[in-house]
Amino acid sequence: MLNSKIPSGPLDSKWKNYKSTCKLVNPANKRKLEVIVVGTGLAGASAAASLGELGYKVKAFCFQDSPRRAHSIAAQGGINAAKNYQNDGDSVYRLFYDTIKGGDYRAREGNVHRLAEVSGNIIDHCVAQGVPFAREYGGLLSNRSFGGTQVQRTFYAAGQTGQQLLIGAYQSLERQISLGNVEMFNRHEMLDVVIIDGKARGIICRNLVTGELERHFGHSVLLCTGGYGNVFYLSTNAMGSNVTAAWKAHKKGAYFANPCFTQIHPTCIPVSGDHQSKLTLMSESLRNDGRIWVPKNQGDNRKPNEIPEEERDYYLERRYPAFGNLVPRDVASRAAKERCDAGYGVGSSKQAVYLDYAAAIQRYGKIEAGKKGLVHADAATITALGKEVVKEKYGNLFDMYEKITGENPYEIPMRIYPAVHYTMGGLWVDYELMTSIPGLYCLGEANFSDHGANRLGASALMQGLADGYFVIPYTIGNYLSDEIRTSAIATDHPAFAEAESKVRDRIHMLMNIKGTKTVESFHKRLGKIMWDKCGMARNAEGLKQAIKEIQQLKQEFWSDVKIPGSINEMNPELDKANRVADFIELGELMCIDALNREESCGGHFREEFQTEEGEALRNDDQFMYVSAWELKNEHEWTLHREDLNYEVVKPSQRSYK
Amino acid sequence: MEHKNINLKLKVWRQKNSNDNGTFETYDAKNISTEMSFLEMFDVLNEDLIKEGKDPIAFDHDCREGICGMCSMYIDGRPHGPWTANTTCQLHMRAFNEGDTVVVEPWRAKAFPVIKDLMVDRSAFDRIIQAGGYVSVNTGNAVDGNSLPIEKDKADASFAAAMCIGCGACVAACKNSSAMLFTSAKVSHLALLPQGEPERQTRVLNMVAQMDKEGFGACTNTGACEAVCPKEISISNIARMNSEYLSASLNSEK
Repeated sequence: MLNSKIPSGPLDSKWKNYKSTCKLVNPANKRKLEVIVVGTGLAGASAAASLGELGYKVKAFCFQDSPRRAHSIAAQGGINAAKNYQNDGDSVYRLFYDTIKGGDYRAREGNVHRLAEVSGNIIDHCVAQGVPFAREYGGLLSNRSFGGTQVQRTFYAAGQTGQQLLIGAYQSLERQISLGNVEMFNRHEMLDVVIIDGKARGIICRNLVTGELERHFGHSVLLCTGGYGNVFYLSTNAMGSNVTAAWKAHKKGAYFANPCFTQIHPTCIPVSGDHQSKLTLMSESLRNDGRIWVPKNQGDNRKPNEIPEEERDYYLERRYPAFGNLVPRDVASRAAKERCDAGYGVGSSKQAVYLDYAAAIQRYGKIEAGKKGLVHADAATITALGKEVVKEKYGNLFDMYEKITGENPYEIPMRIYPAVHYTMGGLWVDYELMTSIPGLYCLGEANFSDHGANRLGASALMQGLADGYFVIPYTIGNYLSDEIRTSAIATDHPAFAEAESKVRDRIHMLMNIKGTKTVESFHKRLGKIMWDKCGMARNAEGLKQAIKEIQQLKQEFWSDVKIPGSINEMNPELDKANRVADFIELGELMCIDALNREESCGGHFREEFQTEEGEALRNDDQFMYVSAWELKNEHEWTLHREDLNYEVVKPSQRSYK
Repeated sequence: MEHKNINLKLKVWRQKNSNDNGTFETYDAKNISTEMSFLEMFDVLNEDLIKEGKDPIAFDHDCREGICGMCSMYIDGRPHGPWTANTTCQLHMRAFNEGDTVVVEPWRAKAFPVIKDLMVDRSAFDRIIQAGGYVSVNTGNAVDGNSLPIEKDKADASFAAAMCIGCGACVAACKNSSAMLFTSAKVSHLALLPQGEPERQTRVLNMVAQMDKEGFGACTNTGACEAVCPKEISISNIARMNSEYLSASLNSEK
């Protein structure tokens, strides 16, 4: 049975009571307890640093050349916290409520409330670390608004909030390394979890420089390895982002929860050709001032500036007059897809819509002219003044757009299209962030816990740091307090030997296929199946087909993939092959999950389940549960349900009309 | 944007591992869309090499949106190539013309040994941070974030230094392979904030000592680092670090 271990008692005292009553480990014993942390993004770096500070012996691993490279670094917009510095009515309850509602009522109340409770501590701690958040002239912290909320609770550092928070966590981690509390392994990839007597006791990893396999013991293991958006091949994830660590844990018995919940972000730079390797996000903040439109006529090939106002369809403003261009991510993405599928798309690929700043430039220009007392300012002056304002607010994003597309967005409307951005699903964890394998924890985007079926903007950074700084330091003690009599297990234990030999066999098997098709070609084909049939919209027919196609692809991969080079050297193609093999298996499970969930909610849109107006139609009677999948055999999973009980919030239909 | 396809000749540094001597190899990059990024052009080339049964070119890359600092190619004698304030991953092929020959090398510095082809080991940067590039505050100790107002100008200047992505272009561009811009960016980031104050002096002394120990060269103020920095980190940070260092040295002799 799935036991989420949510503490009893009223919602707002669950965490407080837990902290007051959980078991502790004394300092002398902490020194004897070893913890392995895999992944060093916001969740992993903050966990490794905090556990090192507490006195545990920590080993941390990342596949990049330094923990500072983790993809948390690319987060642009900000981090939410219920500080109510703006005096605009924010509170822990409101942040909790917005997150539950934004997640379309598919997240746990207990976890989300805890997240809101610790959100303020995160900001305090980051400030103390020297994170240079944006400030007002009075020297106090600045806030901005983000989607899905009515208060200003987002803290930021220009468009580089993720970078600054990660550097803060990285510096704390480096400090613990210098103090000898954390041992860091860069360019290492975890390839299996070692389980002894039912408990996670270590990992097998590959040194990516030498190709050697290594065994590492830990009294417990933390997976902080990020999301699996790259299953779609094209996403806003980094090239190296992968599901391998989580997938290996899944194959060893950890349940995988809500795999079909993926977030498609509406404003990304569109695909320019077959060579495309990744997609780049343009911050959600651009929808504050930009207007989104397509031509009213199908297949209109005129340049955007030649299309007169009355022949433009501002479809978000038309369909959702109350929220206009600021509808949530899932709604905006589906609306763009609907227009393009109906033949109104723009650009050479016809898979794009316009994000237009012309009106904003005029509006700001007139305001500026007014401020300067230029009553009779001519059109050129107004335009120039308006461009200056837009440049100050969004300059770095406009520059990035121009570098990538070669087009000047101050003159020509930007072309945008939705892209895979974040995965709400992940390894199933209980309230303590422990997976279904005792001693194996999962933190950050890699777990499923806090965002339900749709994540709100500026909440990913909050969750990663909450898990690492303020949750795991308490919950891990509750487990390790029973481990103080377990002395370190030597890595010549048969379980280590067996796990290593399986990893070795698999690598040899991959290298010995010596087929004809590159790893990349398989990844692209997988991505296309997933995007077409398990992307922004899904239906039973397509999903069933996708499952068959993925099974065939898996067979073909294992009989015809071509990997150059050898095993005992730096071999990025082999690294990639390992990852793509896991993505293929995950893809199948995502489709199975999407097929099982016969409702639409958040980022999961089943075409069969929509309102007459084409909006997502939830089915709370039958699907108000977390799907936790247990792998039984190849292509065979068992579903475990964790029912979601809403004690405080009353689920309702979301409307943005 | 008009796009077209171009053909290039690439001279790429190939080196099997850190013990190998290394050499340039010449490749034809055919039918390259000008809409590709420089790294996507390498992806295409590598796919061809794999199909021909050859070893693909190893290079570091990850986020491909100019922020992780992983990509590190020395293109036609300039770190990250011809565009200013740019990383290799954001360089696009419209920067080149039909028939161009493009020379691609790894970062060259004693403190950045080559791992393979265009990949180098930049762990020296991590060790410089370990020497003092942090505020010694444990999780759970913090007071309220707004209890200590910070002048906006100082916070902004601190942020401008903290934008460093640790790519190492500054070292690669410097004739002395100096890491002064990198180190000074971290010293400035923390020295400009009240949170960095208690460790201000030990930090700069220890970080500079580690920088020297790693084998980075001295600074002669040519400004080559600033000119190639993808994040336009200002050379004035070096001046600030020198001043911090001097003041800390005088104090430490008390």
